[in-house]
Amino acid sequence: MTRHVRYYLPAIAVFIGGILLWEVAVRALHIQRFLLPPPSDIATALITNRDLLLQAGATTLLEAVGGFAIGLTGGLAVAFATARFALARGALMPFAIAANAIPIIAFAPIMNAWFGVTSPVSKMMIVAMLVFFPVMINTVRGLTSADAASLELMRSYAASEREILTRVRIPSALPYFFTAIKVAATLSLIGAIVGEYFGGATVALGRIIVESASFLRFAQAWSAIIVAAALGIGFYLIIIGIERIAMPWHASMRGRT
Amino acid sequence: MNNDVSAVVEVHELNKTFGNAGSETVALSGINLSIRPGELVSLIGPSGCGKSTLLRVIGDLTRPTSGTIEVNGKSATRARTDRDYGMVFQAPVLFDWRTIEANVGLPLEIIDMPKARRAQRIADMLALVELSDFARHHPWQLSGGMQQRAAIARALAFEPRLLLMDEPFGALDEMTRERMNTELLRIWEQTGTTIVFVTHSIPEAVFLSSRVVVMSARPGRITKIIEVDLPRPRSDETRTLDGYFELITEVREGLKSGHVAGTTS
Ligand SMILES: Nc1ncnc2c1ncn2[C@@H]1O[C@H](COP(=O)(O)OP(=O)(O)OP(=O)(O)O)[C@@H](O)[C@H]1O
Ligand SMILES: [Mg+2]
Repeated sequence: MTRHVRYYLPAIAVFIGGILLWEVAVRALHIQRFLLPPPSDIATALITNRDLLLQAGATTLLEAVGGFAIGLTGGLAVAFATARFALARGALMPFAIAANAIPIIAFAPIMNAWFGVTSPVSKMMIVAMLVFFPVMINTVRGLTSADAASLELMRSYAASEREILTRVRIPSALPYFFTAIKVAATLSLIGAIVGEYFGGATVALGRIIVESASFLRFAQAWSAIIVAAALGIGFYLIIIGIERIAMPWHASMRGRT
Repeated sequence: MNNDVSAVVEVHELNKTFGNAGSETVALSGINLSIRPGELVSLIGPSGCGKSTLLRVIGDLTRPTSGTIEVNGKSATRARTDRDYGMVFQAPVLFDWRTIEANVGLPLEIIDMPKARRAQRIADMLALVELSDFARHHPWQLSGGMQQRAAIARALAFEPRLLLMDEPFGALDEMTRERMNTELLRIWEQTGTTIVFVTHSIPEAVFLSSRVVVMSARPGRITKIIEVDLPRPRSDETRTLDGYFELITEVREGLKSGHVAGTTS
């Protein structure tokens, strides 16, 4: 326990130091509060608006997690279907890679129009699109990443395709898969919030940020940003936790025990 | 001897060429080899002479360009799907996500051996290669030689009828290697498995084998087959016999003449 504390001590010191510096700099340099409110103002806004922020955070999180689940399911389904068939893979992968390179978030207003501005479904669809491509592409890469020697070993046992899939291909794909969903977790909150910028339910983090900013209530905007940041970090940490449980054998996890 | 059915491996006029017209590599040329049940046959020859390729053709991991091959009176593919083969490759090929015991148990899972018997078998195999204390370790926590021993335990675990071993002890130190040789002979005598064994070591080939197949490179062909009539069971004493040294010289001469023939032709 004390070892953990000592390990994180430098990071904690930097964090506290940064906040203090921010507070002091804003006051000493007389930066206008609406441009950059000091941390104390943001903290006050967080406390006074806590009920609103909690509710907004729940709405946004639901959109992000819902969309993440849809995109993840779709990405995995397509990846497993195409990984088996080289022809399908050759036909689909170039488009998937191209799609992954375009700024999908630009479709947000269109999704709002298709699925209803105030409906959480429109935000979920943006998130799902953002999540789908990295998950699908990386999973396909992972499923086809098993080395020739491993496959030959399985071949020498006359193992079935199914056994090769479960015993070699899926374990080989895990590191690729987790790389993708760590990116996807972050993207899912970006997708939900930016989607809300273009309109949505009033009590949602994106809406609070946009509206507070337009009324120059910057401390309130910042408090919503803090909640969004906390949600993003929390989501990311959960995935890292799952990763550690799912593949304790991986090189990046070694020497932790 | 010429009775096809009684041979475990029957290779006839086998050729294997890699690459396409223009940039061909003739890996194997005119190979004829008949291996009897319960034999331990070594393949020895310079690097690149096609030892691994011959083993892979026998094991149905690659197809010959021409010629025929029969294993236990069947096609190589049939023998593979009947799970007649155990294989040990030059690299250990262990799965990082499995513990050593789970790696050794992999072929047993595939042949659906009941769990209790599997656990017993894994324990026996690990004891055999002296890795019992490392059953719960992962491959990366073991040295290269220990990994190779785990791979051998895995190949032996399901008692294959034909064991194909590609330089299994190449990564081991001399002492461990000699002990593994003695162990391999013990297992071989116990199980009666037929073994095809690729090696670079002349003493190892002589010590283990019933016959040593000497190969030459470019194109890979068999230059000589030497009967090893040293008494069995073989032990450290075998390594002191006059006949042992004579055979070592004979294999060395065979390799040399093959080398000269290979470079002049
Ligand atoms: N997959 C392949 N594609 C092309 N050429 C190959 C392939 N595998 C082997 N060869 C060639 O066939 C020849 C024989 O290779 P092989 O691996 O059988 O040699 P080896 O006797 O096992 O050598 P070593 O003792 O170094 O392991 C070599 O010239 C090699 O370049
Ligand atoms: Mg080789």
